[in-house]
Amino acid sequence: MGFLGGQRRGEGSAKRTLPCDDAGTGMAATSVTPWAEQSVLTSRRWVATMLTLAGVSLLVMIASLRFGTEEIGFADSARILFQALRYGETGIDSPGSSSVILLQVRLPRVLLGFMVGGCLAAVGVGLQALLRNPLADPYVLGISSGAALGAAVAMLVGFGKTVLALSAISLCAFLGGLLSLVVVYRIALSYGHLPVHTLLLAGVILNAIFSALIMFVTSTMNPNRSFGMMSWLMGTLTAPDYPALVVLTVYLFVGGLILFMQTRPLNILTLGEESARSLGVEVERVKKTVFFTSALLTGAVVSVSGLIGFVGMVIPHAVRMVIGPDHRLLLPASAVVGGIFLLAADTAARTLLAPAEIPVGVITALAGGPFFIYLLMSRKGGLAR
Amino acid sequence: MTKSTASGVTPAYKVTQLTFTYRTYRDRSRSWEPDWSLKGLTFEVGSGEIFGVVGPNGSGKTSLLKLLAKVLRPQAGRVALFGHELEGMRQDAVARTVALVPQDSQQIFPFTITETVLMGRFPHQQSRGSLGGFGWEGPEDLRLARQAMEETDIAHLAHRLISDVSGGERQRAIIARALTQEPKVLLLDEPTAFLDLNHQLEICTILRRLNEQQGLTVVLSSHDLNLVSQYCDRILLLKDGTVFRLGTPEEVIRPDVLETVYRCEVLVDRHPVSGLPRVTLPSRLAVGVAHRMER
Repeated sequence: MGFLGGQRRGEGSAKRTLPCDDAGTGMAATSVTPWAEQSVLTSRRWVATMLTLAGVSLLVMIASLRFGTEEIGFADSARILFQALRYGETGIDSPGSSSVILLQVRLPRVLLGFMVGGCLAAVGVGLQALLRNPLADPYVLGISSGAALGAAVAMLVGFGKTVLALSAISLCAFLGGLLSLVVVYRIALSYGHLPVHTLLLAGVILNAIFSALIMFVTSTMNPNRSFGMMSWLMGTLTAPDYPALVVLTVYLFVGGLILFMQTRPLNILTLGEESARSLGVEVERVKKTVFFTSALLTGAVVSVSGLIGFVGMVIPHAVRMVIGPDHRLLLPASAVVGGIFLLAADTAARTLLAPAEIPVGVITALAGGPFFIYLLMSRKGGLAR
Repeated sequence: MTKSTASGVTPAYKVTQLTFTYRTYRDRSRSWEPDWSLKGLTFEVGSGEIFGVVGPNGSGKTSLLKLLAKVLRPQAGRVALFGHELEGMRQDAVARTVALVPQDSQQIFPFTITETVLMGRFPHQQSRGSLGGFGWEGPEDLRLARQAMEETDIAHLAHRLISDVSGGERQRAIIARALTQEPKVLLLDEPTAFLDLNHQLEICTILRRLNEQQGLTVVLSSHDLNLVSQYCDRILLLKDGTVFRLGTPEEVIRPDVLETVYRCEVLVDRHPVSGLPRVTLPSRLAVGVAHRMER
């Protein structure tokens, strides 16, 4: 039943065999550390990993600022960014210049893409730990489409004009996401220990129901609006204006922080709810916190970017294979890697068929879908449990 | 040998009229029905006692242990832990006093044995007021985990994944995790079920030693009547969720008692060394004899 990623890490650490006896009786504090470092997450490894990832994400951001319909050289980008920071020059004064493209279009979109990807991956980590299912993902389980339905209904009724404002639309998206999350969890709970497949089936069915309802909502709109709706549903990042971006940043950061505060209980929860309770975890409180936060984050992300699939499943999975399952590192690392991944996917979406754009959801699904199938096939007997 | 549960010393557990019902959904009647339950249990576990819980399948042993660890909540009745009502205690406060070793532990994520054992430090880290998400295991945490792993003979598996080791090794890792909690009371649900003879003996020796040196109170459930007879100070025999007999091994492990509860014939003689009761199932020949005699 050993799961996928486990093996690689297990072998890796076995090769670095540092005999346990080195630690002697393990009485002195200094002699304990060497053996523990091999098998436990240490603060040093945490800092090193996060710094590396931060560096990589910065590089990817700079690279994706360069590419697009119009290429802007690194030197130009640096100059424009420097001026903007130094003089508060936003490029509005000189329309058509590369500074408008960079500051008004590309930079906000790059930041948005990074945050959306990061949130989806963080939510994926939380759901996987809580449902004890390494294939859980807001998209696969139907939580994203629940949120999308909520947002679609809000748009139909006309609660808000723009897709971006974190107002009634986001709230409805949150409620829709929460509804489907509760349904999925009730299904998971009703059988006690649920095989991985069954939960995925529940997600498939929820997705089908919500898609049908979204289709229905869309069909009642006038053609102009329904076209915008369709492209939003496929998962598209559009450059937000800065005030909206700031609101979103604060919102997502707070949500991410709340999730991060739960990482240690989440570690324990992977043992199962009863074991976690016997180890002193207030299981109900942690569960509610993670569920609400996940639904909030999913709702916010879906209302700005539509349905972007598989980021929440693939990224935590891949990251876990490399750095191990400790959620204290897995959650922030997955968030950063998710951000990098979506940023790269969006850059590809912008440039591959330039000047036309591919919805970024198409790219993530094309990358994530096959990986998902591979995971399903490689588990075979293990999945049925 | 028998440790006193005399008045004056606060008992580890004081259980009064404890009642608990599991409800399961029955397709046939399309309703939730009480499946099996504990009915009005009243008993005490003395501080520093090794207390055995035995009984047929489905007599409520596992539920009882989970109720004692506050993993499940009773429908009625009270449990006092060293004089404090369990109902009023915070979960992490309970976990600093009581450790539970469940019957089966599944882990689908690739945690190492060391990481799993260190999870036993969680309730103590909570009490130190560290942030939920942050904070690292200190040297003291690592030392305790290391010590527990050496005691349970899994130190050589430190880097292995909990999902990759054998059932017996996993069981010992879970016991190590429980010891890392530094509990005053250790609850074990079928601790020797997956273990071979060597490790059965080892676990029992550890329990006995911790009991004698640190005054650890041990409550264990088992199907192994001999183990319970040899290692427990007192034995609680459950039948259909009620106390059938409570007393020393000599008082509980008796042919007439066991035949009533388990509805089968057993032979009880004396252990050659300890002189405590020893249970043997009738041999194939004897079964034949018994059947013939019934006819």
